[in-house]
Amino acid sequence: MSAADPEGGAPAPAIEIAGLRKAFGDHEVLRGIDLAVAAGEVVCVIGPSGSGKSTLLRCVNLLEEPTGGTVRVAGAEVTDPDADIDAIRRGIGMVFQSFNLFPHLTALGNVTVAQRKVLGRGRAEAERIGREGLARVGLADKVDAYPDRLSGGQQQRVAIARALAMGPAVMLFDEPTSALDPELVGDVLGVMRDLAAEGMTMLVVTHEMSFAREVADRVVFMDGGVVVEEGPAARVIGAPEHERTRAFLSRVLNPAAARVGE
Amino acid sequence: MAALRTAPPAGAPRLSRRRRRGLVRGGQYAAFVVAVVVLALLADWHSIQQNFLNPATARGLFPDMITVGLFNTLVYALSGSALGLAAGLVLALMRLSSAAPYRWFATAYIEVFRGLPALLIFIFVAVGVPLAYPGRELPGGVYGQAAVALGLVSAAFMAEIIRAGIEAVPRGQTEAARSLGMSHARALRTIVVPQALRMVIPPLTNELVSRIKDSSLALFIGVTLTERELSKFGQDLANQKSNSTPIVVAGVCYLAITIPLGYLARRLEDRQRKERR
Repeated sequence: MSAADPEGGAPAPAIEIAGLRKAFGDHEVLRGIDLAVAAGEVVCVIGPSGSGKSTLLRCVNLLEEPTGGTVRVAGAEVTDPDADIDAIRRGIGMVFQSFNLFPHLTALGNVTVAQRKVLGRGRAEAERIGREGLARVGLADKVDAYPDRLSGGQQQRVAIARALAMGPAVMLFDEPTSALDPELVGDVLGVMRDLAAEGMTMLVVTHEMSFAREVADRVVFMDGGVVVEEGPAARVIGAPEHERTRAFLSRVLNPAAARVGE
Repeated sequence: MAALRTAPPAGAPRLSRRRRRGLVRGGQYAAFVVAVVVLALLADWHSIQQNFLNPATARGLFPDMITVGLFNTLVYALSGSALGLAAGLVLALMRLSSAAPYRWFATAYIEVFRGLPALLIFIFVAVGVPLAYPGRELPGGVYGQAAVALGLVSAAFMAEIIRAGIEAVPRGQTEAARSLGMSHARALRTIVVPQALRMVIPPLTNELVSRIKDSSLALFIGVTLTERELSKFGQDLANQKSNSTPIVVAGVCYLAITIPLGYLARRLEDRQRKERR
């Protein structure tokens, strides 16, 4: 699935970020990020709010225009000014914190509109794929429901199905459970867990430490616009090396702090 | 009850707030009633009835008042509003364009046509356009001219309404659409504009009401007997019969359309407000 490595060794990374910088006016949010995600790998980005995690994710599909550095996804350079960004984005699924479902379309309409208007699929084919996708996220019975009739967890699962219907090579998740009531988080994480088990390449910005520990191959800790620490999930979350990582984790894990560490 | 609860503190004015408010209100009512009674006593009711509410004259107005007058009013207003909606959408998109010349043009258009009296635009279309394009005519004769004149006016107002609607669609909608690989134009057409138009249906309905009233200006284009709309029709028959009843009937015809439309707009607005919660 991923582009072959030019040297014929390990496959090229699905996402390759090099020297990425982003400033909003004078405020530098990303200060030189290097990060690679291999095909089939699940990488979770954690860190305090304002650390630049979401901006990093939004630079990967160019929702934010980087000030410097390069981003390559599945071999295509996103940051190339001559790149066909619409074509590249078709291969990058994005899931937002606030779901961003299209409120004037039903669940099925949400998962078929881009298939039809962007990929040019016929109605029957798009609807077949859309129904399968909604069934896969446990919403086979909500096909005709409008977003305002769905719970937050259901909306987010429709949003995941909408992104998957395009057949993306990688999936980006921007704090997908942060806007959900606690009892609805589990359903969304369950869908993401299944997706990871199927071998989807995933870059996930999250505050769900248990999800990161359990599902992520690697965890990246960001603070102040730089990657402070990265490594296997169990090590970064269980035995962080840097003081900033430790301080952040003890704040986040708070009551469970005693149980962390293996 | 209030008296039980609030004993006036020493040195405070004698009247409680509630009692003072009651006195003021009573004074207002009395003044209002006196004014109405005086006006009613001074008026010549017989003359009013004869000149404004003459049943015989009123009966003679139908069915032409409806089949010609009201019909043409609606044709002018609806065709003008349809043109205005199309042009207003284009202007709104130009106004929001990243290309500066488009923005300038749209801004200039909106400022000019919102700032001019509709009457001037009717005269301009009737007199100016034939001079500018000699030997050519707008298709549809008076109907075409009225539609264009009303369209020019309503485009300016509708453009501002639609622009506000587009800006009210959350940014996340565009981001989600673009993330799925839609181009900017495709995201606008498929995701943003449909939501924006839905949101602005109530104010657009109010614009239609304004255009129904403005359509009376078609009389300045110079209409034939069958092209007369409500106002011209009422005026002609009032002259013909030396009686103002046709004007009153024309007015009632306007209100029969505009009041329900205004009510409809408010209903739609209320429903949207509830949905948004």
